[in-house]
Amino acid sequence: MNISTVLTKRSVVGGLVILILLIIFITLPLYAPAYTVILLTAIFMYIVLTVSWALFSGPTGYMSLAPAAFFGVGIYTAAILGMKLPLIVVIVCGGFFSFFLALLVGALTLRLRGIYFAIFTFGLVMLIAYLLLFWELHVTGTRGRFVIAVGHNTVYYIMYGNLVILLIVAVFVRRSKFGLALRSIGENEDAAAHTGVNVTLVKIVTFAISAFFIGTAGAVMATRWTYIDPFIAFNPLFSFMPVLMAIFGGTGQLWGPIIGAAIFAYLEEFLITRFPYYYMLIFGIILVIAILYMPKGLVGLIQKWRKGGGVV
Amino acid sequence: MCNMHVLEGERVTRYFGGLAAVSNVDFYVDRGEIVGLIGPNGAGKTTLFNLISAAITLKSGVIRFKGEKISGLRPCRICKKGIARTFQSVKVFPGMSVLENVLLGSLFGAPAKLSRADARAEASSLLEFAGLSEMKTVPAGDLTLASQKRLEVARALATRPELLLLDELMAGLNPTEIAGAMELISKIRDRGVTVFMVEHVMRAMMCICGRIIVLHHGEKIAEGTPQEIAASKTVIDVYLGEQVYAGNQ
Repeated sequence: MNISTVLTKRSVVGGLVILILLIIFITLPLYAPAYTVILLTAIFMYIVLTVSWALFSGPTGYMSLAPAAFFGVGIYTAAILGMKLPLIVVIVCGGFFSFFLALLVGALTLRLRGIYFAIFTFGLVMLIAYLLLFWELHVTGTRGRFVIAVGHNTVYYIMYGNLVILLIVAVFVRRSKFGLALRSIGENEDAAAHTGVNVTLVKIVTFAISAFFIGTAGAVMATRWTYIDPFIAFNPLFSFMPVLMAIFGGTGQLWGPIIGAAIFAYLEEFLITRFPYYYMLIFGIILVIAILYMPKGLVGLIQKWRKGGGVV
Repeated sequence: MCNMHVLEGERVTRYFGGLAAVSNVDFYVDRGEIVGLIGPNGAGKTTLFNLISAAITLKSGVIRFKGEKISGLRPCRICKKGIARTFQSVKVFPGMSVLENVLLGSLFGAPAKLSRADARAEASSLLEFAGLSEMKTVPAGDLTLASQKRLEVARALATRPELLLLDELMAGLNPTEIAGAMELISKIRDRGVTVFMVEHVMRAMMCICGRIIVLHHGEKIAEGTPQEIAASKTVIDVYLGEQVYAGNQ
C-alpha cells in the first residue's frame, strides 16, 4: 500500500466522521434531554474559547490572558443591546466590539513579548471590570444588568453555529500561508520580519479574529445567565480555562484544543456535581499531573504512542 | 551621476547611549559587486547591517536603495524592496521544515505575488542551489550550523533580493565548510545578486571581495581593493596586526 492511498483513505474516514458528528449535533435537541443540550452548550462554549485562544497564542507563542476581556465585552453587549435588537445582530455586534477592542489593544501591546504581554492582557480584564463597576456605581447607579433570556435550544444552535464557523476559519488559517506566517512569528519573530512578513499586521489581525469568536460566545452565553455584573462577565477564570484546556489538549494540532476543552469541560461538570467540595482540588491535581507528564498535551501523547506503535 | 549605486549611505550615525556604534559612515555598493565589511569586534559592522535592514532605526543620516530613501521603513518593507539578510547568530525557524523555511521567503518576501505551487517550486530549486535538497522535510533546528547558515541564505534568496547582506556567514565553520561557503557566495553573485558581507575570515575576504570597507570604533577608516587594504598602515595597526595568525590558518 503506498502512502497516498492510505492518506486518502484516512481523509475519507475523517470526512465521514465529521459529517456524522455534524448531523448528530444538529439533530440532538430533537431527542436528547434538556440537560444534555445545556451541558453540550457549555462544552461548545469552552471549545470556542479554547480554539480561539489557540488560533493566536498556539502558533505565535504569545500567551494571551485576554479571553475574559473579550468574553465580557460580548456579555455586556448582549446585556445592553439585547432589549433593542434581534438576537443574531446582538451576537454579531458582540463579536465586532471584541474584534475592535482587540485591534486597539493589539496595536498597543503586541510589541510586548513574553510575560509582559501575558501580564498586560490580564490587566486588561481587571481594568475593564473595575471601570464598568465604577461606571455602574457612580454614573448609572445600578449594580449589574438583566439579560433577555432565550430558550436553551436556540442558545445551543447559535453556539454550535459559532463553533462550526470558528473551526472552518481555524482550518483555513492553519492551511493558508497566513498560518505559515503565524508559525514563523512564534519560531523567530525577527527572522520572520526580515523575510518579508508584516509581523505586526499578522499578529494584530489574528488576535482580533480570535477575539471576535470569544466575543460572540460571550454574547450567546449572556442570554443563558439572565443576570450579569462586571465580575460575572469579566471572570478571570475565562482567561485561564482556555489556556489550561489548550495546554492539556496540546496546541500542535487543531484537534488538540478541541479534545482538551471537551474533556475538561465535561470533567468540570462531572466533578462539580459529584464532588462539589473537592472539585477544585481534584481538578488541580489532574492539571498538575497533565502538565508534568504530558508537556505536549494529549496530542503529544498520542503522537508519541503512534510513533512507537509504528516502529513496532 | 548616471551610474546609480544599488545601496548608498550618507553620514549614517547611530548612538547606543553615549557610545557611537556607527558614526558618520558614508558607503556605497554597486550592482554586481561583492563588498566586504571588516573591523575588530565592536566596530559597528552588525549595527550597520541592522540599520540597513531596519532591525534598528536610523536616527541620523540617510540610506538609499536604488536611489530611493529606505531608512525609516519597516523590516518587511525593506525585504520586499529587494534587500535580504542573514544573521550573525543564525535565526532559522527551528520547528519548521527546511522547505517551509524557504517557502516563507517565497510567499512573503518576493516583490511579486507567487502562487503556492510556484513558490514551492522556487523554494525547492533554491534548496538545491544551497545543497540542502536532501533535507527538505527535516526540521531546520536539526541541521548542523553550516547547513543552517546555508538555509538562511536560501531563505534570503527566496525573497528575490537584488542585494544580499551576509553577516558572518563563515563564523564557526570548519575549513571545508568555509570553502563551500565561498563557493556559494560566488554562485550568488553569478545569479546577479549583489553581495555585501561582514566577515572575520580574512583569507576568504581577500579572495572574493572586489572592494573592502574597514570600520573601527564606528568610523570608516579605510576603503579599497583587498590589496590596498592589506597594505594600508592604518588598517594593519588597528585590525590586521592583531590577527595576523588568523590569515595564515
